[in-house]
Amino acid sequence: MKQLEFEARHAGSWAALEATVASFDARAAGGERLPEQYRALCHQLAVARQRGYSPDLLERLNALVLRLHRHVYRHRSRRESILLRFALLDFPRGVREQTRFVAAAAALFLLPAIGFGLGCHWNDDLIYGLMDADRVREMERMYDGASRAIGLRRESDTDAFMFAFYIRHNIGIAFQTFATGILVAVGPALALVYNGAVLGAVAGHLTAIGSGDTFWPFVIGHGAFELTAIVLCGAAGLRLGFAWLLPGTRSRRAALRRAGGSCLVIVYGATAMLVVAAFLEAFWSSKESLGSMPRIVAGAAAWVVVLGYFVLGGRSRVASRAEPTNGA
Amino acid sequence: MAEERLDTAYRVETPEAIDLEARLAGPVPRALAYAIDLALRILIWISCLIVLVWAGDPGIGLLLLIVFLLEWIYPVAFEYWADGQTPGKRLFGIAVVGEDLHPLTFGSAVLRNLLRAADFMPFGHAIGLVAMTSNRGFQRLGDLAAGTLVIHRPLPAGQVPETAAALPDAPPSPPPFPVTLDERLAIVALAQRHASLSKERQRELADLLRGPLHAEGDVALARLHGIAHWLLGER
Repeated sequence: MKQLEFEARHAGSWAALEATVASFDARAAGGERLPEQYRALCHQLAVARQRGYSPDLLERLNALVLRLHRHVYRHRSRRESILLRFALLDFPRGVREQTRFVAAAAALFLLPAIGFGLGCHWNDDLIYGLMDADRVREMERMYDGASRAIGLRRESDTDAFMFAFYIRHNIGIAFQTFATGILVAVGPALALVYNGAVLGAVAGHLTAIGSGDTFWPFVIGHGAFELTAIVLCGAAGLRLGFAWLLPGTRSRRAALRRAGGSCLVIVYGATAMLVVAAFLEAFWSSKESLGSMPRIVAGAAAWVVVLGYFVLGGRSRVASRAEPTNGA
Repeated sequence: MAEERLDTAYRVETPEAIDLEARLAGPVPRALAYAIDLALRILIWISCLIVLVWAGDPGIGLLLLIVFLLEWIYPVAFEYWADGQTPGKRLFGIAVVGEDLHPLTFGSAVLRNLLRAADFMPFGHAIGLVAMTSNRGFQRLGDLAAGTLVIHRPLPAGQVPETAAALPDAPPSPPPFPVTLDERLAIVALAQRHASLSKERQRELADLLRGPLHAEGDVALARLHGIAHWLLGER
């Protein structure tokens, strides 16, 4: 068959498909016969190529196939139970799958925290090696038990502002920590060590100068969510970096893609935790009026819940029954 | 073929057993699209700033949330819900797709845009640029991890010229020698592009077939046009 005859024979169906595609782009519904027409079109493209028909015809058919391909293979996920499923199964499991990286990230965070905590508790000058004097003074004033600066300065207007501030600041940093992991894991390692050291130093210093009563009730509540989420983002970043460094039997490209999928689960979950943490930090932790004891008890309970969630979450029988649907 | 090394064509074999072909978008259109998006985001930010600055602390808080959304969510939302195109990409006719040319999944949209923070380092997407120039698909690190590509969207139907209309007038005549597939393609393409190639260049190309055609210059060219008509099926 010569090209002009071929074109004449199929011109009608191509024009019809082009019209259909144009209407898709305007978000109209697809026809039931579309897959069949799409396969026929693919066949025609293959034939046209095989017979060496002219480039512009091939280009036209290829463009049409490309556009239909996008619609025929559109990814549709079941929306209904996804969030619940994620919270009950995917997130805690995703974290447990990366136990080694989570442990490494926790160590990178906790060891400097404990080291600097004890160091600053015993040695008044150590903190100035980490923070400049102005910041130290500012922080001492904020947590000064006598003036109760946090309670006095913070009105509910300011609470909403602080919420937004924590969202933007903390989640931005968490994303950054994760993303820089792809550069051979250096970013998250540095971020974890630095944040751990600063937190430990502040805690040790404030406890030593007697502001512990203000500090601990403030941090313990949202800390359960915030610190865990930071460690998790760091762990995801490390995982990404090591996929690049030590791809094992896969190609680097394949290892990276695999790691990307499992890291995303952790990043989604950690982001949700940071939103919770921002909310607590803005509206709960700073409420001096609640007294210290209730906040410490609630904060300790939050730690138990969060850690219990990661140890036990997604293990039940119900969970394993729901499993086969989705692997990534 | 040497063409495959130099070309920005990207081929994927589909389940229908055909090779789908797409044109990869290089760093320049992508950078320009990014610049447009950046300008748009700054514009949105400034207009919000003007309105919200009057609303005190809650207003500033809202502004911070908007900054967060513009920084991290804007590209994800557009790429996922607007068919792989942020406004800047739409302007330049490029789009993000999966490596198999499927539409983006939500996860890959999130991952490629989170990792922009790494590609951006140490300034101006320098690492991303190095990554892009060192693989076949112009993929930055985020694209590699998410398994995505940026391609040129094909022209909408109707903007591609019809075959027969593009040919110059000439009586169809059979080729005086057996024609291979590549030669067929070349002869038809030469005839179809008669309007866009300079006359001198066309004569020069036709002269390559001086021997088998027993003619030169315009005569050879006219004979080739006739052969193109014949090859397309006219008698």
